[in-house]
Amino acid sequence: MPFADHSIEVDGCRTHYRRGGKGPPLVFLHGASGAPVVLPFMEKLAQRFDVLVPDAPGYGQSDEPEWLENIHDVAYFYLDFLNRLELERAVIVGSSMGGWMALEMAVRNTSRIGSLVLVSPAGIAAPRAEPADIFLLSPEDTIRRLFHEQRYAEERLAAPVTPEAIDLALKNRHTTARLAWEPRFHDPMLPKWLHRIDVPVAIVWGAQDRILPVAIAHELKRLLPRAELAIFERCGHLPQVEKADEFCDLVVRFACR
Amino acid sequence: MQIVLFHLMPYADLDLAAGRKNGTVWVTLPNRNFDPEKGHKLYNRYLDELEYGEALGFDVVAVNEHHQTAYGLMPSPIVTASALARRTKRVKIAILGSALPLRAHPMMVAEEHAMIDVISGGRLISGFVRGIGAEYHTFGVNPTFSHDRFHEAHDLIVRAWTEPGPFSFQGHHYKLQYVNLWPRPYQKPHPPIWIPSQGSKETIDWASHPERRYTYLQTFSPVKVVQRYLKQYRDTCAGYGYGCEDRQLGWAVPVYVGDSDASARAEAKAHFEAFRNVYVRMPIEMLLPPGYTSRESLKNVMKAKAQMFGDVTIEQAIELGLFVCGSAETVTRAFEGYWRDMRFGNLLVMCQFGTLPAELTRANMERFARGVMPRLKALE
Repeated sequence: MPFADHSIEVDGCRTHYRRGGKGPPLVFLHGASGAPVVLPFMEKLAQRFDVLVPDAPGYGQSDEPEWLENIHDVAYFYLDFLNRLELERAVIVGSSMGGWMALEMAVRNTSRIGSLVLVSPAGIAAPRAEPADIFLLSPEDTIRRLFHEQRYAEERLAAPVTPEAIDLALKNRHTTARLAWEPRFHDPMLPKWLHRIDVPVAIVWGAQDRILPVAIAHELKRLLPRAELAIFERCGHLPQVEKADEFCDLVVRFACR
Repeated sequence: MQIVLFHLMPYADLDLAAGRKNGTVWVTLPNRNFDPEKGHKLYNRYLDELEYGEALGFDVVAVNEHHQTAYGLMPSPIVTASALARRTKRVKIAILGSALPLRAHPMMVAEEHAMIDVISGGRLISGFVRGIGAEYHTFGVNPTFSHDRFHEAHDLIVRAWTEPGPFSFQGHHYKLQYVNLWPRPYQKPHPPIWIPSQGSKETIDWASHPERRYTYLQTFSPVKVVQRYLKQYRDTCAGYGYGCEDRQLGWAVPVYVGDSDASARAEAKAHFEAFRNVYVRMPIEMLLPPGYTSRESLKNVMKAKAQMFGDVTIEQAIELGLFVCGSAETVTRAFEGYWRDMRFGNLLVMCQFGTLPAELTRANMERFARGVMPRLKALE
């Protein structure tokens, strides 16, 4: 297991992160359910990168700071996090909510960012694309919708539910609501400023995403015309889990060129 | 004791099977299930029932606010309270309550309540609530800011009612350069404020605070829960160093009075069970969105889920004190017993519930008003 746990205080927020591997820095920004465990794709990326997996403020083992009110607060926080760790030309890989955070960071400041990999990111709305309402779905339905191949959902549903896991899930859900309840999982002002992103961008999406429909990928590509768009077939909302090998190959090829 | 006739104004013509099939009549039940012609008849029937409450001698008639649901057809209690303000002469009118955090701006609530208070010549009782969890889904208001918005909206409203304007209010959620309320409320310093609640320590601590001493209403809960929270309110007052007055406590409960215990149960059964098992029902994700309650409370509800979210029969509901039903004598004795134990100064009776039709509602109101109310009013 090449990953070690770390803790650092940034903006008054005790922040937990895992770090492992060697190479250029890569920061993985997790989605709404956090990053409670090291997943195979992280291990694989750690063979080529210095991988950092922070728990965002309000998620996982990080604090819930008083100042955390909206997605912009998270963007400024993560820019301070990059400064604090003195990361240079970091590859920012953001999944879902994390992809939204990556976009909000990059429109503000890319001085420490080398490139962005946006994995079915939230953050923008697309005409006629109806995201799932994860605040109204039961936990089981949410897990089922995350995946195209239901065996991944079955695995997650079969995992034992500990009191600690319930506490973490409620904490993560609370922060997700705080950041994304309204407007739902997007920032209507964001498209105005996407042109400010001056680093290479890759957009990755599962063709069968039942959380954020793939139509949003095309809208994002329209707004970021120079971005590379990869759509994985037979894949749901988490390509890094369902198509881990292809996903990691794409990140390496894209970020190391 | 002060007796309040409380109405939810449900869509009583609901296709119950459709409500059952959808799992809830809140948020997602398609509004094609609402027939405006039936709605027209229902609104007028319900308003007539509340007006009849004045004739029957109730002290207060009460309306409330719920959104996008067959459970209650009053997205704006302002509309119904306004109609009552003109059609009644003596009875007090309670709005229980306006859902402050859901409003785009609380100044509207300050203004509308002040209008009704002035029109009615000081007969308004103002209730403030946060709105139930489902309404954070339908209104898009972020539930994690619900408490903050409630408290700030309350502060703005009370200041607008009581402080000479114009003044500026710069809150975190609401900002106004000019607060200068026209009309000012009729009552001095302002209409009484009642706080309906399903029970929470935070609400009790806040409502009972010596600066506020607001009337706390425990709504539609098993009687053991009512006892626990009313006692907690009294204890909290004692902790603040003052004695709780009975008028600071209230209990809202559906009631059915029949000619006998058996006929009461027979007449109420289908309608009460529709209320409890169709109109009230919703999934936990809808009831308790993140931040609406503390995470500890949420976990407690998750543990009690089977009991809270399962069906309840009328017999179980009577046993739990969730519903008070029987002959006038039975109902009177039940309330006298509860009163001796809890000393609540306000009893809010819901004489219509679920699908209870007009004739039974009127008969229920009459039997309650004639056979139960006089003895309860005398309690003090």
